[in-house]
Amino acid sequence: MKKTLAFLLTLSMVLTLSLTGCSKKSGRVVNVCGWGENIDPDLITAFEKETGITVNYATAESNETMYALIKQGGADYDVIVPSDYMIAQMIAEDMLAELNFGNIPNFSLIDNQYKNLPYDPENKYSVPYTWGTLGIIYNSAIVEEEIDSWSVLFTDSGRYAGSIGMIGNPRDAIGAALLYLGYSVNTTDEAEIEEAYQLLSDAKSSGAYQGFFMDQLYDKMESGETAICTYYAGDFLSMYMNNSDLRFVVPKEGSNWFVDAMCVLKDAEHKEEAEAWINFLCKTESSLANMDFIWYASPNAEALEQYPAYYEEQNGEPLDPMLYKVMAAPADVLSRCEPYNALPSETQALYSDLWVQLGIE
Amino acid sequence: MKTRTSPLSRLFMALVFLFLYAPIFVLIVFSFNDSKSRTVWQGFTFRWYLELFQDRDIINALSTTLLVSLIATLAATAVGLFAAVGFYNMKKRWRTPLMTVNSIPMTNADIVTGVSLCLLFVAFFAAWQPVADYLNGAQSFITLPVKLHMGFGTLLIAHITFDIPYVILSIMPKLRQMDKNLVDAAQDLGCTWMQAFWKVVLPEIKPGVVSGALIAFTMSVDDFVISYFTAGSSASTLAMVVYGMTKKRISPKINAISTLLFITVLILLVIVNIREARQERALKAWQA
Amino acid sequence: MRNRRSLFALPYVVWMALFVVAPIVLVVVYAFSSADGGFTLENFAHMGDYAVVFSRSFYLALIATLLCLLIGYPLAYVLARETAGVQRVAMMLIMLPMWMNFLLRTYSWMSILEDKGLLNRLFAAVGIIDLGNLINGGLNSLCAALNSGPLAWLNGELGTQLALFAKRSTDMTFFHMINTPGAVVLGMVYNYLPFMVLPIYSVIVKLDNSLLEAARDLGADTLRVFRKVVFPLSLSGVLSGITMVFVPSVSTFAISQLLGGKNQLLLGDLIETQFTGMAYNPYLGSAISLVMMVVVIVCMAVMNRFGEGEEQAVML
Repeated sequence: MKKTLAFLLTLSMVLTLSLTGCSKKSGRVVNVCGWGENIDPDLITAFEKETGITVNYATAESNETMYALIKQGGADYDVIVPSDYMIAQMIAEDMLAELNFGNIPNFSLIDNQYKNLPYDPENKYSVPYTWGTLGIIYNSAIVEEEIDSWSVLFTDSGRYAGSIGMIGNPRDAIGAALLYLGYSVNTTDEAEIEEAYQLLSDAKSSGAYQGFFMDQLYDKMESGETAICTYYAGDFLSMYMNNSDLRFVVPKEGSNWFVDAMCVLKDAEHKEEAEAWINFLCKTESSLANMDFIWYASPNAEALEQYPAYYEEQNGEPLDPMLYKVMAAPADVLSRCEPYNALPSETQALYSDLWVQLGIE
Repeated sequence: MKTRTSPLSRLFMALVFLFLYAPIFVLIVFSFNDSKSRTVWQGFTFRWYLELFQDRDIINALSTTLLVSLIATLAATAVGLFAAVGFYNMKKRWRTPLMTVNSIPMTNADIVTGVSLCLLFVAFFAAWQPVADYLNGAQSFITLPVKLHMGFGTLLIAHITFDIPYVILSIMPKLRQMDKNLVDAAQDLGCTWMQAFWKVVLPEIKPGVVSGALIAFTMSVDDFVISYFTAGSSASTLAMVVYGMTKKRISPKINAISTLLFITVLILLVIVNIREARQERALKAWQA
Repeated sequence: MRNRRSLFALPYVVWMALFVVAPIVLVVVYAFSSADGGFTLENFAHMGDYAVVFSRSFYLALIATLLCLLIGYPLAYVLARETAGVQRVAMMLIMLPMWMNFLLRTYSWMSILEDKGLLNRLFAAVGIIDLGNLINGGLNSLCAALNSGPLAWLNGELGTQLALFAKRSTDMTFFHMINTPGAVVLGMVYNYLPFMVLPIYSVIVKLDNSLLEAARDLGADTLRVFRKVVFPLSLSGVLSGITMVFVPSVSTFAISQLLGGKNQLLLGDLIETQFTGMAYNPYLGSAISLVMMVVVIVCMAVMNRFGEGEEQAVML
């Protein structure tokens, strides 16, 4: 017993010392929080080499969990990458810092289409990072028909009972139901939201869903464990690379068009480093490398246009136009998509309550 | 208590151990799988073991885990040892309520311990801000940090807090078993109380101290829930990295590092067990 | 003199006040506060909404605890009768899994239990699934035959009942195990079984052999010795085992998320979502924690009282 302990202690001591010795930290750091598999790790090393600033990269599961962590004071992030509606909410709650665009000259490379969007009307707080659509992903080896409607998640879910992975966050899950019912994803009408919730709740109690998942879907979709799910275009492409039976569709009833943008927290301790990081990611080369890794479309117009050529150069084969269309949704698809707006706090509370309610049932 | 064992009971034991080790076996096998898949075997590789050492997050998490467990174990053992001696010498009227409080972190649900500590830290940080501002304004010798965050420090405090009760609980019985006259005898022979403590008491209760420390260390390494609520964003233990990964996909690198840890501990335990068995046999032979 | 030495405990008493008592006081304060800091009972007003979650969590934790007891007690008992060498190895084997992260072990169960997971592959390979289908098909055709033949007067009632029992009329390709309450219970039993075995074992192994011999000499058979001597004397181990399994089971959130697919919220999930999840509300989270804490304490107190009574009865 005693010897074990002594040995364990010395062993861990030696290990710790040697490990901490390896990861010597330089003076300047920037703490970044993004999504899982949402950045090319080589970019982090490239940035560190270029500027001498160490990047501490953490990931969050969803906008809501990130918000809670920051609100609670548990996080010392400098840069965060929330989605549009969460940015609006954070601006309203005075959680974000105004950016010094003098430090972000590459902002000019961003397509004007993605500037001054409703979540940040004067574009003072955010720099777009990626954009994309929400859709249905299904495994064509299991699902024989061509899916084109949200109904498969709700009223027609019986056919695929037990093989649907529903999305694990309230905004997208209730949003999909609202879209199916023909309502706006930004509705504040309680009756409409309740109706959408009922749809979800009925499908759940009929046993349609395996569960409510987020990034676990990568694994579950690729292995065929889950046949149908709702998820994001960029993530579909990542899954497709590992399982080419998968298909992505933006349902005919319309969907959500989202922008994830980089913001700096109000009490960030490394604001300058944070702006350097944002500027670095806006570069065309960074955007190209990133697109090739995470498959989310970049708001950098030049990069988006050059991407098929870049892909061919990197991979030695031309990019499947179908995939490019999923990545950068064309105008006719975008025309039936609606961005999420920030919801008034009562509606937000309703969403949270209903979400908890769904888990209780 | 010793009687005979039947083959049936051996079979039962084997089944239980199969149940306990099946998932571990799966983990170890798939750490050598030449694909990211968790369920389909696609050939043998050492790739994940090699990549492991290039992964900064995992290496950092491993060092955080070991460092926090190590410091927490040392601190908890020291504090717990003195506290146990203190409790032992205390009047029962005082000892009973204190021992009850002592057992709270062990019997309380981990999530409540974690959440309550998190609330405490957040409240303290909020209260700290004006104090630091005032002190910084009042003097210019040192500048105190105004904004505090959860991180390694809070993680360490939490670990020490839930480790100490285990240390105390394994030292107390040894203290009670000890012959009270030993200390008196030592003092009669001219020792100060301190000397008596070091020379007589400590050797007597050593097994308790050691096993307490071992339990504390194991608890620290195994803990996830309390760390999750008290580490903030800047420090993460291996368990937290794994939890983050269970939300997307578990990298086989995590299987690899766990396999390494597991095998290290296994080898250690085997060595120790063999030595103990040998010592016992030697003792028996000597007694005979 | 003795009192002065009790001062050694002082640093720890201060530590406890700061990091054990103060946080719990804070939970209580939060539970009775609203977001703007005032006193409120609002957080408890809706506790009724969560009654389902409370009862579900306690129900699943109870099943898990019982299963742990049913597996753990015999194991501890059998172990205690083994030779010292076997005991040492077995104890090592019980402790060892704790060194492999519990989330990872639970995640591994996910790979095992999935519809297309390892266990279902094994079943398919060995033919158990076909066997299941065969039996199922046989049952179905038997029902049909019976319903049309000699039992026609039942109006097909039997067939319906049996079909309900067999759950499906078509062939299956897998056993559905993951994302069910059963999988969550399995995860709890798996993770907390050592906490049941260790305390029971440590009590049984210390039992005085002469006591058992005396009982046997007085003519008690093995079963009687167990019932009248071993079990009552090991009750303290059983009680602490129950506590150590029940409390983490009732408050788990990781296990239910991994093996339950977030389909059915448990108390731990509910509290976690209030602090770090989708519905940020630490005040409500504290209130739920407080209620859970109180219910658990009451359960444990009742159980211990019951246990003490039992022990005294034995003494008499």
